[in-house]
Amino acid sequence: MMNMRTLLLFAVCLLLLALPQFLNPYWTDVFNNIGLYTVLALSLNIILGHAGLFHMGHAAFYAVGAYTTAILNTQFGVPVLYTMPLAGLLAAVFAMVVARPIIHLRGDYLLIVTIGIVEIVRIALVNDVFGLTGGANGIFGIARPMVFGFKLKKPEHFFYLIWGFCLLTIFFMHRLENSRFGRALNFIKEDDVAAEGSGIDTAYYKLIAFVLGAFWAGMTGTIYAAKMTIISPEAFSFWESVVLFTIVILGGMGSIRGVLVGSFLIIGLPEIFRDLAEWRMLVFGLAMMLMMIFRTQGLIPPPPRKYDVLAYLKEAAGAVGGGRA
Amino acid sequence: MEEFFQQLTNGLAVGGIYALIALGYTMVYGVLKLINFAHGDLFTIGAFLGLTLLTSLGLSDHMGPLLGVIALAVMVIVLVGLIGFLLERTAYRPLRNSQRLSAVVSALGASIFFQNAVMLIWGARPLVYPHNILPTTAISIFGMDVPLVRILMFSTSLVLMYALYYLTHKTKIGAAIRAAAIDQGAAKLMGIDVNRVIALVFCIGPALGGAAGVMVGLYYGQISFTMGWMYGLKAFTAAILGGIGNIPGAMVGGLLLGVIEALGAAYISIAWKDAISFLVLILILIVRPTGLLGERVADKV
Repeated sequence: MMNMRTLLLFAVCLLLLALPQFLNPYWTDVFNNIGLYTVLALSLNIILGHAGLFHMGHAAFYAVGAYTTAILNTQFGVPVLYTMPLAGLLAAVFAMVVARPIIHLRGDYLLIVTIGIVEIVRIALVNDVFGLTGGANGIFGIARPMVFGFKLKKPEHFFYLIWGFCLLTIFFMHRLENSRFGRALNFIKEDDVAAEGSGIDTAYYKLIAFVLGAFWAGMTGTIYAAKMTIISPEAFSFWESVVLFTIVILGGMGSIRGVLVGSFLIIGLPEIFRDLAEWRMLVFGLAMMLMMIFRTQGLIPPPPRKYDVLAYLKEAAGAVGGGRA
Repeated sequence: MEEFFQQLTNGLAVGGIYALIALGYTMVYGVLKLINFAHGDLFTIGAFLGLTLLTSLGLSDHMGPLLGVIALAVMVIVLVGLIGFLLERTAYRPLRNSQRLSAVVSALGASIFFQNAVMLIWGARPLVYPHNILPTTAISIFGMDVPLVRILMFSTSLVLMYALYYLTHKTKIGAAIRAAAIDQGAAKLMGIDVNRVIALVFCIGPALGGAAGVMVGLYYGQISFTMGWMYGLKAFTAAILGGIGNIPGAMVGGLLLGVIEALGAAYISIAWKDAISFLVLILILIVRPTGLLGERVADKV
């Protein structure tokens, strides 16, 4: 059984590796977008899916990362990919500063405040804050990234960069889910009073969830800036946050597979029905309402956590018995 | 001093609109503990419906400006109230007993749905209200010229607010609404049909929002399908500022926010006008989540 799954996973990876050979540049680019949104939605998934914090300002963190890269590259000539850790770090610091005072707000209030934050960030970018962000036009002329002396410029080059990063993200998220940290976040989501009572420092864990999610979104911002070579405030509007939010909610909060399916549906599907592009958001809105009424947990909810209580008890009993003997 | 006074009257006129929209948020929140994200878009629908009715029926030509606008407002109030009623039936009632946040997501979905429906019906480009309806004269107060439109706007919102205050605080229906807001279970035991109260709240709130939409159309002359979002967010800020769930609070909060915003735009920076409102929202939620007139327990936040 386990073997089958591993084989299947390998087959999917191989297929992904070969995919750009069969696609024209346009469709390769569509896949690049799906990959970017998957990574972003996975980073939002830590905050929204695992910790259950209704955060609708993720585009703000993404913007901090992208602008860090753009400014460092165009003003100081730092190679694009070297800026990635710093982009992540700055986004994380930003998240720490803004999330700390609002972390205790409940559900819908947090949602409103995070919308306020993403709007303030956008207005700040449009107003050319610190004279660095280039105002409403944004920043252009970001250099192409170099990987081991090879310049990435075609969509298929970016395909490997983006999906490579995406696979890394999936691996990281999978490890996170099954860690003490992931379990603590899920406990907080289910019942934060009980979690607090069990010795989990809920404020601390919620803050770390924000910081981690922002760090990852910031790094994704670097890739976005490198791919587009031009960034403007409009790319980080409130609607970007809504799309990410919808991906996580429709796919299934806290589920990696759900998020993947969600981003294929929400980013990929409109490309197939391009003639109906105007109807896209209308259908999203309708889908959100219907989903909440008929299937609150999303398309592919995470499998329930299983613990082998019996084995644990036996082991404990064995340890006690051994102690006596 | 002249500029300060001008900004003050402008702020009060806009604040009246915020207050009318904020009343819808605060009433729904009071009864259902739900932030009705679609409320701002119902306001947009009001503005667009108003424009269509105004131009297609030629109301102001047949009845004269004053009666025409009043007839228009009544029609929009009825229609938007009906949409609000249907919204509650379809999107919120099935979620009454599920998790609170499911209802929030559903409300958000409804907001996206309405916004795009407006775009598909009336087009993505901003539309223009006919600008020969409202008087353009100014009258002199304490030696300073104030456009008559501002005074009309402000007094209209005051009249509507007083009507709502009378309804909620002096009538039997109002007592039922307030009772349902305090304790639904106990209200049911007292023989109040809570479902009817909720349906009524979902008619009155959007109706006031729709009226505000017509007022914005007449005052600014231009309407676009995305405007409800910004107005909605600001009105929500106003509701929080006054203490959410508190009807006089929403009125005070709306007027206050309008004045803060107008003065901020004049004396700090017009480019940061919207950011000032959001900053007020964030600061209020951090420092005094109960709002200015709210006496609710901290648990609500």
